[in-house]
Amino acid sequence: MKLKRTLIAAAVAALAGTAQAQISDGVIKIGVMNDMSGLYADLTGPGSVVAARLAVEDFGAAKKGMKVEIVSADHQNKPDVGSTIARGWYDTDKVDVIVDVPTSSVALAVNQITRDKGKAFLVSGAATSDLTGKACSPNTIHWTYDTWMLANGTGSAIVKTGGDSWFFLTADYAFGHALERDTEAVVLKNGGKVLGKVRHPFPGSDFSSFLLQAQASKAKIIGLANAGGDTINSIKQASEFGIVKGGQNLAGLLVFLTDIKALGLQTAQGLIFTETFYWDQNDATRAFAKRFSAQAPRNNYPTMIHAGVYSAVLHYLKAIEAGKTDDGTKVIAQMKAMPTNDTLFGKGTIREDGRKLHDALLVEVKKPAESKGPWDLYKIRATIPASQAFRPVAEGGCPLVK
Amino acid sequence: MTEIFGVPTQALFGQLLIGLINGSFYALLSLGLAVIFGLLNIINFTHGAQYMMGAFVAYFLLNQFGVSYWWALLVAPILVGATGVVIERTMLARLYKLDHLYGLLLTFGLALIIQGLFRHEYGSAGLPYQIPAQLQGGQNLGFMFLPNYRAWVIVASLAVCLGTWFVIERTKLGAYLRAATENPALVQAFGVNVPRMITLTYGFGVALAALAGVMAAPIYQVSPQMGADLIIVVFAVVVIGGMGSIMGAIVTGFGLGVIEGLTKVFYPEASNTVIFIIMAIVLMMRPAGLFGTVR
Repeated sequence: MKLKRTLIAAAVAALAGTAQAQISDGVIKIGVMNDMSGLYADLTGPGSVVAARLAVEDFGAAKKGMKVEIVSADHQNKPDVGSTIARGWYDTDKVDVIVDVPTSSVALAVNQITRDKGKAFLVSGAATSDLTGKACSPNTIHWTYDTWMLANGTGSAIVKTGGDSWFFLTADYAFGHALERDTEAVVLKNGGKVLGKVRHPFPGSDFSSFLLQAQASKAKIIGLANAGGDTINSIKQASEFGIVKGGQNLAGLLVFLTDIKALGLQTAQGLIFTETFYWDQNDATRAFAKRFSAQAPRNNYPTMIHAGVYSAVLHYLKAIEAGKTDDGTKVIAQMKAMPTNDTLFGKGTIREDGRKLHDALLVEVKKPAESKGPWDLYKIRATIPASQAFRPVAEGGCPLVK
Repeated sequence: MTEIFGVPTQALFGQLLIGLINGSFYALLSLGLAVIFGLLNIINFTHGAQYMMGAFVAYFLLNQFGVSYWWALLVAPILVGATGVVIERTMLARLYKLDHLYGLLLTFGLALIIQGLFRHEYGSAGLPYQIPAQLQGGQNLGFMFLPNYRAWVIVASLAVCLGTWFVIERTKLGAYLRAATENPALVQAFGVNVPRMITLTYGFGVALAALAGVMAAPIYQVSPQMGADLIIVVFAVVVIGGMGSIMGAIVTGFGLGVIEGLTKVFYPEASNTVIFIIMAIVLMMRPAGLFGTVR
């Protein structure tokens, strides 16, 4: 029994007065770090803590005699705040794994710290594809989605249906830049062209000035390389300025269930984008959504980030059970060695570069008349198979892959 | 087409107009702050939260009670202003004799509490509020498409700003107010109820914030952090204009909106810093602000 052994080891270590990082203290401590109070709080936030808790429950940690604890913190979308929390968690609070972490700039910082400390990092919230590209790490798995996948799913679908000239409205930080770069590549590859781009401060509130520039560019598609409250306000103000009526279309490159809920179907109808999870796919996802909603703030339904947190934590615990260690580097290796299987994403695998692979969904927002309930918001237009949804490993430039 | 620095003049006109629209929010908010600071000497950090409350009240009035936008313009400021009166009576009134810093800390703490409560209750993604039917659509001005609602915002904001300036600087009531801040004891000796006047002034300043909130509701998402995003900029506007100067707040509000708008064209990345750069420069050249006088 590994746990008994570690418990004894921990006791010995405590007696000797030394705390060694490699020796678990008998508790698996999961740290959920995300934006608990700002513009991403609804699509990640306290909901991710609920998702992690459900995963621990479904894994049956208590029955198996494993002690799992969940802690959470608010990184305020600031890399320095996130770094301080991560160091404190790893160094003094004995946190074994950090989960979620939206806001790519913060995730990249936590990615490096986790690697330095030999811990584990399961990314659900952050988007930048650099996490499995040039910044890939043996201690990180990028779970739910990434900028390449969004660009590939949404970008190529739009270019193929005639949207071949683009103007980007980009959030001015790591995530926006990565999303813009990846989408631009897809647009160019499919024979489209990019007429211009503008980078707005993050977070922003008034986008009319940028939208006017986009309008003047005469591009057919205005690509919104931003997220959360920024995307909500961009879409709302675009409708105010008659952009869509004027013949230009919006492409929300990263849109979440809670964003659509906040916009209302009247404003958001017809928007096309890519997700990896929608609650109304089958009985299992519907049952999960119900359980999640009962515990989530304001009874919100789960976004794909919440689903990703659930799926990642579940697989993490399975890997500890199988590998009988909670050493960060070893658990991540074990997670990559085992195929994944859960009710939300089905069967999947984790690649050497840390990329979790599963299907992606091209969705369209329903018209108000088509919606039968407060969360009945999407139609699924197409399923992009896992093998095509994510960037081929050779193109990422991850140094771990030879 | 003629161009200025590589930007077509037509696009530039559009951006100037957008800048004016944003400026009208800055002006309305900084006006309330300036009134409160000028007459009460309180640095009201709750202003952003009160602006947010105005938007939320408009949302509830519409969705719970079916009260239209137009009535909300009147009712929301009164309701939120009333909460301001309560805050002034129960808390702020105890701080007048102390340093500015105490008022600042109190109002800052209140702002955090109010925002936290709203976020706990309504989440951060915000709530949708539609543009009233009468103001939907827009006009094609040739160089840009101007939504009717935005045009209304400029007009309404200008009217409220100038009206407030007129009342405070040109009427007898305003004269009492200004006198009461200069020398409360003397004014009281003339039989004017100074504490009540101060309470109502704070309530009025808060009501202005709520009014701005109602006007912002259809443009921005009604969300708990909408005020927090704006309040720092608005403070910079007040500092540039000169703390407590009514005209200063109005002119710099509109002016900085335009400057910010132009920055969004020429160097968008700097658009949220440009106001602070101007603030630093102004403070170095004229520590009392552009329109302020050293007391």
